Amino acid sequence: MGEVIVITSGKGGVGKTTTVANIGTSLAKEGYSVVLVDTDIGLRNLDVVLGLENRIVYDIVDVTNGHCRLKQALIRDKRFESLYLLPAAQTKDKTAVTTEQMKELCQNLKEEFDYVIIDCPAGIEQGFKNAIAGAERAIVVTTPEVAAVRDADRVIGLLEAAGLKEPDLIINRIRPDMVKQGNMMDIDDIIDILTVNLIGVVPEDEMIVISTNKGEPAVLDPRSNAGEAYRNIAKRITGEDIPIMPLEVNEGIMALFKRLIGRKK
Amino acid sequence: MLELLQRLFGREEADKSKNVAKERLRLVLVQDRCSISPHILESLKEDMIGVISKYLEIDEKGLEVNLSNEDNYLALVASIPILRMKRTYAEEK
Repeated sequence: MGEVIVITSGKGGVGKTTTVANIGTSLAKEGYSVVLVDTDIGLRNLDVVLGLENRIVYDIVDVTNGHCRLKQALIRDKRFESLYLLPAAQTKDKTAVTTEQMKELCQNLKEEFDYVIIDCPAGIEQGFKNAIAGAERAIVVTTPEVAAVRDADRVIGLLEAAGLKEPDLIINRIRPDMVKQGNMMDIDDIIDILTVNLIGVVPEDEMIVISTNKGEPAVLDPRSNAGEAYRNIAKRITGEDIPIMPLEVNEGIMALFKRLIGRKK
Repeated sequence: MLELLQRLFGREEADKSKNVAKERLRLVLVQDRCSISPHILESLKEDMIGVISKYLEIDEKGLEVNLSNEDNYLALVASIPILRMKRTYAEEK
């Protein structure tokens, strides 16, 4: 029996979908069977981040409405055969699925997979309620900005009220150079404010843009800092004890060198 | 350039924008966290009336219950006009 984990944030644009794609890919690479569920009905994106947009036939609403069997809607990843995507519907809205249907869906999926990772839509309305309905564990993604941390705080409250106690936090898109200058909140500042368990810190990384352009998650790129951070998060999810990487300011000559070499490929 | 000068002259600590961000967040979260839905506040009020009425005769219409946050701490502030003490309890001593 697998585990159902919802990735949520409240605020949009903080990197939920990227996080889901990378953690899921990393877990699959480690040998676990994983299904990623896009619950952002009407605004599906996980398919393009994974590079699977051309393979969609059925979607989550087809499954919950009984238009197809669950297995028919699952799309196998190009790279890992233990990784699957259940895409969101693009032409319906968030009320097309009920919380009861979501619970049942999660129950069915976790019988087949080690990890069921749910990509939650932004906001705290019906889409959010559906996304968390079948989850046993929650990971909140935030960035070091006032608006994102505020929304994370709200979402943590809602998760706890819904019985998802002690959600984990990912701080995404942190810029070590700005933290060092005192122009960006540091990890400790955010943890102080939110008082939650930190499961990972992902540095801002141009490689994410590039990997999203290509539809290949950054965890597959050994040169990507963000990819490395996501690989570590995936390991922590499975229970491995991996310390949080200290932030390094990438200004040294070695970093420059590394970047130059890396670019050639 | 201005930033560089400020850094040189050591004015940075208070001006660091992350400290501004933290302070603003702290304040906004105190407010966010204490917002309680009107529905819950109403049912809290009713329960309070029920309990207090066992001991005192109160003016239910004049009852006010609110959350207030001042200087960093949160309090439940209730103003409950008492019409009269109930004789049984007043006499108990």
